[in-house]
Amino acid sequence: MTIGLAHYLAVAAILFTIGVFGIFVNRKNVIVILMSIEMILLSVNINFVAFSAYLHNIQGQIIALFVLTVAAAEAAVGLAILVTFFRNRGDIAVDDASMMKG
Amino acid sequence: MMTDLSSALMICLPELILAVGAMLVLMLGAFGGERSTGAATMFSGAALIAGAFAAALGPHGTLFAGAFHMDQLAAYSKVAIYVASAFAVVMGYGWMNRSNERKFEYPVLILLATLGMSMMVSAGDLISLYISIELQSLALYILAAFQRDDARASEAGLKYFVLGALSSGILLYGISLVYGFAGSMGFTQIAHAIAAGGANHGVVFGLVFLICGVAFKASAAPFHMWTPDVYEGAPTPVVAFVAAAPKLAAMVLFVRTLSMGFFGAHEQWAQVLLVIAVISFVVGAFGGLMQRDVKRLLAYSSIANIGYALLGIAAGTQLGVQAMLVFMVLYMIDVTGFFACLLALARNGRPITQISDLSGLKGSKPGIALAITALSLSVLGMPPFSGFWAKFYVFKSAFDAGLWQIAIAGLVASVVAAFYYLRMIKIMWFDASPAPVDGSPSEARWIAFACALFSFPVVLIALHFLDQSAGLAAASLGLH
Repeated sequence: MTIGLAHYLAVAAILFTIGVFGIFVNRKNVIVILMSIEMILLSVNINFVAFSAYLHNIQGQIIALFVLTVAAAEAAVGLAILVTFFRNRGDIAVDDASMMKG
Repeated sequence: MMTDLSSALMICLPELILAVGAMLVLMLGAFGGERSTGAATMFSGAALIAGAFAAALGPHGTLFAGAFHMDQLAAYSKVAIYVASAFAVVMGYGWMNRSNERKFEYPVLILLATLGMSMMVSAGDLISLYISIELQSLALYILAAFQRDDARASEAGLKYFVLGALSSGILLYGISLVYGFAGSMGFTQIAHAIAAGGANHGVVFGLVFLICGVAFKASAAPFHMWTPDVYEGAPTPVVAFVAAAPKLAAMVLFVRTLSMGFFGAHEQWAQVLLVIAVISFVVGAFGGLMQRDVKRLLAYSSIANIGYALLGIAAGTQLGVQAMLVFMVLYMIDVTGFFACLLALARNGRPITQISDLSGLKGSKPGIALAITALSLSVLGMPPFSGFWAKFYVFKSAFDAGLWQIAIAGLVASVVAAFYYLRMIKIMWFDASPAPVDGSPSEARWIAFACALFSFPVVLIALHFLDQSAGLAAASLGLH
């Protein structure tokens, strides 16, 4: 059996779904959400690189590099916000982020 | 079309001014510390105004293999975005002075977010679309959590970040599918692919994901969950910024992507946009009824207004785009005025945020009460205020495009929404005041008065000019 485009797309779709579920189902702590976000971005990168190889088009690999960079920036910003949240509340449980409702 | 480097740099001069300006202000702040916040604010304001002039008067063209479009549409939106950002810089400086934490990062982050928005309205392929959205969003996440010692602000920032990152992931997944099934990132190449082979399922699937991602950034329902919390928790000048310019940028991004790249799939995306529009104005109208916090109320109002603006895009005509552009700019002016009013109001040093706190405002602050009244009437769409003309244009374009059922639903929703604006007016003018309010800071007061005066009567003079430039801007997309 050769591994074709469809296999890569399936893996990426599965990882993407796991990432999205990780955000919504997770009720424990925000670090897990950050990891899920990272997973979503990396699953998309699999898509990009697979398409890029399949189409013989370099653009997919270029955007994959951009995505990696942005993911790093995003993690930095996210952790910084998380630190301020922790300082104010002393906890990073997801259920605690509920001062505002309505 | 190839352009040599110097003329290419002239075409993207507004972005260069902002990028270099942001870095210079950052250096200034890094070396000068908190003392340099005043200078940083002045410099940022000057950079934004210079950028606005460069965008209005500079040359047009397409750069970087189609990744960057500078045309009438981009020029129109850039001028509006830069001016709104300059107001946010001014309001933020006054607010920081009063709360005694002068942080030079505030103008830097505003400049970076504005740079992102400015690239959003010029994005000509999926890579620049993604990078520009992220640049704008990352700066906005930090701004939302700007008040570091405030629990609500950091919660708002955290929620904004998590949901924003999720939406970026969804957007990116859509981009990857569109890229794979259309074979290219550039909007023109995607349009060719769709024209040649029709919109296949992969492209449509990816497009829906992409629309969801951008709808999130524009805070259209059902992707609006972050909006009320961010509006309530984030500092008021930041909300004044988030509520105005990014919305216009996201809508222009919508228009450019959908009509330049995906016009062959108009039937498919128009349906998606109509569903989003209807949900938005229904959620906006009914969600606002229960609110007690003015900023939360304005969040629901913004969700509803994005719904109306989406009608103009869904129409898929030049007239619809023109209506959307006029609508968004008039809405930006109203909402900036609204938040300036809120900034101008405080009681015993604490900002007024509850609707009940506004009671009896006519006695203590008749000017602000009048301004809020004018702006409320404008946002609810009462003639002859500016909001009426904005809604009139959008609904007219929807009627012309045969979307009359949706337009009627929108009218009904705006009648429902009228309730909460009128209730606010009633509380201000007819209820008794619990305690005197503090003196209002001059810059917020002046911005509030200027925006209220614009909503009526200045709009009657300005509308013709605005309409004309929006018409030129819409014509640059080549729709019919």
